[in-house]
Formats: sequence, structure tokens, C-alpha cells
Amino acid sequence: MIEFKLPSLGSDMDDGKLIAWHVRPGDAVKKGQVIAVVDTSKAAIDIECWHDGVVHELITELGQTIPVGTVMARLLAPGEAAPVGAAPTSRQRVSPAARQRAAELGLDLAHVVGTGPQGAIGLEDVERAAAPAPKPAASAVSAASTPADRAAEMRKSIAAAMGRSKREIPHYYLSETVPMGRALEWLRTANAQRPVTTRLLPAVLLLKAVALAVRDCPEMNGLFVDGAFTPAAAAHIGVAISLRQGGLAAPALHDAGSKGLDELMRDLADLVKRCRAGSLRSSEMSDPTITVTNLGDQGVESVFGVIYPPQVALVGFGRVTERPWAEAGRVTVMPALTASLSADHRVSDGHRGALFLARLRDLLQRPEEL
Amino acid sequence: MTPQDIRAGVIDAIRNIAPEVEADALVADRPLRSQVDLDSMDWLNVIVGFHERFGVDIPEADYAKLTSLDAIVAYLAAKVE
Repeated sequence: MIEFKLPSLGSDMDDGKLIAWHVRPGDAVKKGQVIAVVDTSKAAIDIECWHDGVVHELITELGQTIPVGTVMARLLAPGEAAPVGAAPTSRQRVSPAARQRAAELGLDLAHVVGTGPQGAIGLEDVERAAAPAPKPAASAVSAASTPADRAAEMRKSIAAAMGRSKREIPHYYLSETVPMGRALEWLRTANAQRPVTTRLLPAVLLLKAVALAVRDCPEMNGLFVDGAFTPAAAAHIGVAISLRQGGLAAPALHDAGSKGLDELMRDLADLVKRCRAGSLRSSEMSDPTITVTNLGDQGVESVFGVIYPPQVALVGFGRVTERPWAEAGRVTVMPALTASLSADHRVSDGHRGALFLARLRDLLQRPEEL
Repeated sequence: MTPQDIRAGVIDAIRNIAPEVEADALVADRPLRSQVDLDSMDWLNVIVGFHERFGVDIPEADYAKLTSLDAIVAYLAAKVE
């Protein structure tokens, strides 16, 4: 029997409210399939299943708010037979106080989600299960999900993650001016031959360059968990996307380093669209390994960001402006931007950070190789 | 297609990307992107919207001409003819 748990939705989200099941007991599910939708302070997030199997039992009820890690459903592994006659909760640990309270309330413990050690049901779990659950219809808006409430919740989530970052991560900051003349000229030529629907944005070059630069500086790309850094095998770039109603999310562009520019552009457009529409996937929320924020559109020259824990680096890009540029004894006008790095001093030093920015700058001088 | 039709289509395409925009609140001869919060991805999507609605090709070199609502309508009107 496989326990399907609510996956991590990023470090700033600790719980979610189930708003839909897309599967029923007896349904076959595939790895990567969206099986549920959970509402969070940032968006409704499609929860993907990470196992092949057959749904045996749905545990979480619609409207229930559950912490990350809660067992939401039980699945039978491929080929596994359903247990005969065994109530799914037969081995459930229940505290005596919880059992007594459940009996008083006439509550069936099979419907209570345990949040104690090893899923044990405590008194609190019984009280929570006994509280009338809201009955969300697909389009129903509960009191907690008005735009103002959502904005307040999102502010709280961002505050929690950023507060934790500034408490725990000793940031250091570096910046580098990156000449963009070659990259923009290359882009102009490439886009001149493309219909508007397949044109590339400069942001795509920047994202690809970051994904390639971390290959040479793996200590910028990965997660710092339980006192140790684990570099990531691929660059899943969290793209900071501002939301129209305020706030932001930074879902992942998966394995950006291995994608061509066209694919990356399509994926970026899709990600921005779904992020704004409030329809992201759980894997996108949970697995970015480095974040990129591009505030150039808003007109600032540089941005020194706050690292999104448990990541260890954030790359910021400012606006492209024409600047006087001295090279080989001559002064010319050059479009350029300021690239910045906020990095975790527990994992890397300024020297390595400087190498990373230098590599990033070099990559952007050879756009045809991106 | 009358200029009024084009204007309505343009506003529709903008609102498709930035639903908070109120058509009446747009000053027609002021730069659009100083009135509406559009990042470069939004702006590209607005232009894709023009392309799809009006069936015209808009080269990247022409983006600079698409400043105000009036300028966009005039540009598209010349292309649609």
C-alpha cells in the first residue's frame, strides 16, 4: 500500500485546503497525473501523483485544510491486491483521549486524519474532524478566499519565507555589469524571421545563461536542508512572477539547461500564464533549485534579492540601459544590464560567486551558443 | 473594419491580459505602458492578441510605434486596409 501525502508546496506554504479530487477509489493513476487540487494562499495548485497505482481509498475530505505531509489517499501498487476485509485504519494509532472523545461525538475514527507521530490520531484531530467542514462547490468562494483574504494570506506566506531566509541565511551580494549588445542584436535578427507567436524575449536568454552558468558553479544550485547542502543534478529555475492581484510566486522551469530557447520560451509563457491564472502544479512549487528575478521591466537598474529557502542563491537582473562603454581605449554606447547574485555564505564564498557572475556574463556574449 | 471596431478590439486584447483595466480610464494619447502594468511577457501577449484578432503581422521593429491607444489603432488601421 502506498501512502500518498500532500507534497511540499514550497517553503512558504505549510498547508493547503483540498478543493477537488480528480480520481475515485478504483481508478488507475499514473506517475505525474494530477489527482487533486489544493488551494493555498498563492494559488490553486494541481497536486501530482508520484506513483503508478490504483486508488484504494481517499482520506482527505473536500474542504479540509491539511498540513504538508498528511496522508491524503492510499494507493495500491501495481499488481498489489486490495487487502481483504481489513479496515484501512485497523492499525491506526489513536490516543485514549481521542478515542473517548470520538465515541462521545459518535465520530467514526476511520474518517479522522491523524497528525501525530506516525499518523496517530490525537484529541485535536478528533476535534478538527468533528468541526463542520465547509462544503465547497467547484465555484464556491468561502469566506477565506475573497481576494482581500487571499492577498493577506499571501503576504503572510511571503513574510514567513522571507523572514526565515533573513534569519537563517547569511547572504552575501555581488553585482556585475553585463554588456547586452551582442545578445540583443542576435535576438533582433532571430526575431525578425519569426512570426509574433514564436518570438523570443530577452528573459529567455538570461534564464538559459543562468542554467548553464550553474553547471560550472554547482554550489549556487541546490538545497540547504538539515545543516547540509545538496547540489541539484539539474537547474530547475524558479522564475519570480508578480501576480496581478499583488504578491508573487516563483514556480520552476524544469531543467532549463537542457532545453532549447524555443522550448524554454514556450514553457516560460505557459508558466506565466498558468501562474497568473492560479493554476500551478505541485512539482513546480516544490522543486526550484535557484531563483531568478527580473525586475528590469519595472525599470529598476539592479535588484538584490532575498534567497528563497531552502535554496542557496538568487540571481537578479535589472533594466537594459544604454551606457557609455570603454573598451580597447575607446568609448562607445553599449546596452547593458546589472546582474546580481545573492548567495548563501554557508555554502559558497564571494570568490565562487564572482566566478559564477563572470561565467554568466561570458555566456551572454555568445548568444548563438545558448 | 471601422476605427471604432479596431479600438474596441485593441481594448479587448489589452483587457484579456490585464483584466483590471477599465476602458474608460485609459487616456488615448498617453503611452499605454505608463497606464497599464504590462511586463515584457504581457506586452508580447498583447501583441500576439492584436495579431490574432486582426490577422496582421507586426514585426518586432514596429513595436516602438505601438505607444498610445491612438497610435496602436492608427497602426493597425493602416495594416488592416
